[in-house]
Amino acid sequence: MNSSLLLAAIPATAFAAFSLPLLLQRYGRASAALAAAAVMAACLALLLPLLPAALAGHTQLAHLAWLPAYGLDLHLRLDGLGLLFCLLILGIGLLVVLYAAWYLPKSDRLGRFYSILLLFMAAMLGVVLSENLLLLLIFWEITSLSSFLLVAYHSDQYEARIGARMALAVTGAGGLALLAGILLLGGIAGSFDLSVILAAGERIRAHALYAPTLILILLGAFTKSAQFPFHFWLPNAMTAPTPVSAYLHSATMVKAGVFLLARLYPALGGSELWFWLVGGSGALTLVYAAAMALFRNDIKGLLAYSTISQLGLITLLFGLDTPLSVVAALFHIINHAIFKASLFMAAGVIDHECGTRDMRRVNGMFRVMPITATLAILAAGSMAGVPLLNGFLSKEMFFAETVSAPQFATLGWALPLFATLAGMLAVAYSSRFVHDVFFNGEAIDLPRQPHEPPRWMRAPIELLVLLCLLVGLFPGWTVGPWLAAAALSTLQGPLPEFELALWHGFNQPVLMSLLALAGGVIVYALRAPLFAWQAQLPPMHARTAFERCYRQLASSARQILAMLDNASLQRYNALLLSFVVLLGGWAYFSGPASGIRLPGQPADEAAVAALLTLLLGTLGATLLYRQRLLALLLVSVVGLVVALTFLRFSAPDLALTQFAVETGTIILMLLVLYYLPPQSAPKSSARRLSRDLLLALLAGGGLGLITLQMLAAPFETISGFYLQQSLPGGGGANVVNVILVDFRGFDTLGEITVLAMVALASHALLDRLVLIAPAQDGDGRRWSEEAHPLFLAMLMRPLLPLALTVSVYLLLRGHHQPGGGFVAGLVSSVALIMQYLGNGIAFAQPRLPHHPARLLALGLLLAAGIGVASWPFARPFLTSAHGHLQLPLLGDVELASAMVFDLGVYIVVVTVVLTVLSGIGGLSLRARSSREKS
Amino acid sequence: MEALLAIAVGVLTACGVFLILRARTFPVLLGLTLLSYAVNLFLFASGRLRLDAPPLLRAGASYTDPLPQALVLTAIVIGFGMTAYLAMLALRGLAESGSDHVDAGKEQ
Repeated sequence: MNSSLLLAAIPATAFAAFSLPLLLQRYGRASAALAAAAVMAACLALLLPLLPAALAGHTQLAHLAWLPAYGLDLHLRLDGLGLLFCLLILGIGLLVVLYAAWYLPKSDRLGRFYSILLLFMAAMLGVVLSENLLLLLIFWEITSLSSFLLVAYHSDQYEARIGARMALAVTGAGGLALLAGILLLGGIAGSFDLSVILAAGERIRAHALYAPTLILILLGAFTKSAQFPFHFWLPNAMTAPTPVSAYLHSATMVKAGVFLLARLYPALGGSELWFWLVGGSGALTLVYAAAMALFRNDIKGLLAYSTISQLGLITLLFGLDTPLSVVAALFHIINHAIFKASLFMAAGVIDHECGTRDMRRVNGMFRVMPITATLAILAAGSMAGVPLLNGFLSKEMFFAETVSAPQFATLGWALPLFATLAGMLAVAYSSRFVHDVFFNGEAIDLPRQPHEPPRWMRAPIELLVLLCLLVGLFPGWTVGPWLAAAALSTLQGPLPEFELALWHGFNQPVLMSLLALAGGVIVYALRAPLFAWQAQLPPMHARTAFERCYRQLASSARQILAMLDNASLQRYNALLLSFVVLLGGWAYFSGPASGIRLPGQPADEAAVAALLTLLLGTLGATLLYRQRLLALLLVSVVGLVVALTFLRFSAPDLALTQFAVETGTIILMLLVLYYLPPQSAPKSSARRLSRDLLLALLAGGGLGLITLQMLAAPFETISGFYLQQSLPGGGGANVVNVILVDFRGFDTLGEITVLAMVALASHALLDRLVLIAPAQDGDGRRWSEEAHPLFLAMLMRPLLPLALTVSVYLLLRGHHQPGGGFVAGLVSSVALIMQYLGNGIAFAQPRLPHHPARLLALGLLLAAGIGVASWPFARPFLTSAHGHLQLPLLGDVELASAMVFDLGVYIVVVTVVLTVLSGIGGLSLRARSSREKS
Repeated sequence: MEALLAIAVGVLTACGVFLILRARTFPVLLGLTLLSYAVNLFLFASGRLRLDAPPLLRAGASYTDPLPQALVLTAIVIGFGMTAYLAMLALRGLAESGSDHVDAGKEQ
């Protein structure tokens, strides 16, 4: 298989299969877990063939066009950096899948958990494999959303919901900043593809918009990687189930931010601003979070702050901005993922066994679970930077960099001292974790009696700690090639000389390590006064501040909403219309001034008569709207005048449609009228009346003025094309119909879909609705009890075949003469409705077999199917074909595939009108039967 | 002739807007109908008013602009769909709240 296809298959597989555990959970927990593991294993298997080339330093690309017009394409990329992250995501993912099966309670069927976990994993793979930055952002947002679901997995717990919401708010806001930054970056570089952006570093740094671009992108990275001052969401997200923390908060999601720093390093790094922003934020986070970690009493809280601190270390290394510091940062990303995942899992074991994670109560665990304790102590040693373990190596590289970085000339010993202080604090909090949990006397008042966890729950920890040791002892042999490939693709330039070894001779970094170890132990020994000092500090309330802001925002939003939204349709309409009038007035008066010239053609008597009739009908209906029946009749007169206007001004199709719709509308309104209660509407207040009159006059005057201006303006049209192409391209002489079913067929398909929805909605709204019509009409007259007038019934029956023949005729000739699916459909449905009116619904319903859903589906399928039929001929959707057919008797008949489309339109229109009208009519049937029952 | 059409559009709009702002469902339905007449006429007029020039291809004839006609044709039918939907909504609202006031059943 070719490599770009394989590459595309990795995220595609992950996204396609993420719901598998949910589907399989009914076969048991094991099936859900196996499905999740199988998906990850499949992704790994797809990655394997691509591995040699990526390790050799080649960048493999896959290109699939998606929205090329917006620069958004499915461009994927696998290089050393992406490979490293893929392995972390999939490798640790597999261990977490195994661990979670044992960790989560037996009552949990796991399908939902694993499906969200897989979705998250798929999005993470997408982030690290994206070549296109916009694509990266989409995956980035999916990680935020899926991590929200994971953190709030125990959604019945208040704390979990709060934590998840905060994580989403912070990372989501960062995502918005990142979007803005990426748009700026793409604008500067001229492309959203990394290949172009990474090669344009010089140009980007010299650009005037470099600073805002950098700041916006860093906001995205820092929120995701929990850098100060956006760090506070991570400790609160510790309400997540521990497998989630082990996965998201050690190895993957929080690493997405530093991944972005690495990914864009050649484009954005290498400037003074980069050093101060990235290095400064990293250094602050490093020390601040390390100090906070020491004072946590919750094991996961300690681990969360230590994660923040270690992420700060990685950020600081990127900020130092030398090739070697980048290598050290990547190395620490690997090491941190390994030891922190194992520590979270160990914390989960302790929580699982003891029922609490409070270090003031969990003590002396070494005697209870010696194996787990040994593993956790080794991992904590790695976190502290104890020699022979992997954490030591990257920390030592970090120390070396602070001494040899070019900033040493200006900042002097400040940076190395800072680094040593951070190292001391890391040793101190690691000591606290080890000493408090595993030694320090007896456990106090535990909810459960702890013992060693099940074999398979410990297995992932064993494997990770083994890795800590292997990497710590044989770094060149274990991670050397992976690190070299990742560094090469991160730097996009020559790889610096570096040697991964345990011992480089006695030098400054070794001295710093020793100082940190000794100092850390001393700090921990002095913890009593330190804790006392910390307890009297004013509490830091990032979370409370955040919650306060959040509540304030929500309440002010509610206030604004309450002002606009008082659940009164009248208010909404008035507000909307005022806004439209304002907007229209503003557009009109700010546009180019043009006097009103009375245009064109002289009016004749017919036109004046028509206008007078229209005015009479409109004004009459408005003034007499309380007399509903009269108003309705007046409105129907207006509709007829409108239809005649269409006819007069060369629009026979419109006139036909308007006539038919008018009939349907009047029947509809009469049916509605039957059910409405007799009127007792109080008169509107004078204030309300004058407001409405003002709005009406402004709207009417405005639209009238605009109409006049439009008619006076010079006439330009794009319709020449349609007139020219109608016969040769569409095979029809009725241009309006050809536009509907051919040129703009896609629009029409959308429109009949909307109509079909109306029919479905009628089912939803009217189904089982019982509405008793009032006994009298608005004027106190009783409804006639007479059933269906014989005359009407007798007249309607023979009329039906005649009317149907006419509608078929209209349908068939529609492509060349006035007619077509819409008109024919309306004529047919009116003819059918007349049967209901003439003979009663009890007579008509059983005689007209009527399955709205099936008919709608048939119509839509016909219309869409004839569109799809052009695909086998390699033509775009809805390309029509037409030709001539010689038939006996009829002679030359022109056929166009668009006629089938029109047939679909016809079926939909008939069904909709019939469903709606017979639906409303059917209410009386139900009302009668319920009356008879009672 | 053009001025007459502009007057028609203006009056239809004004009356439609006034009726839409009434408190009962039935006048609102009437108002929407009037408003859709106005809008359809307006759209139609954007192709200008021409006599005896239907867009049906024949030898040697001249044609009016077919595009606004196609737009208005679907607008008429969609307008019917909307009126029908609102009518059903009105009936449903009446059944649920026992009143044909447009704001019936609103949370106080």
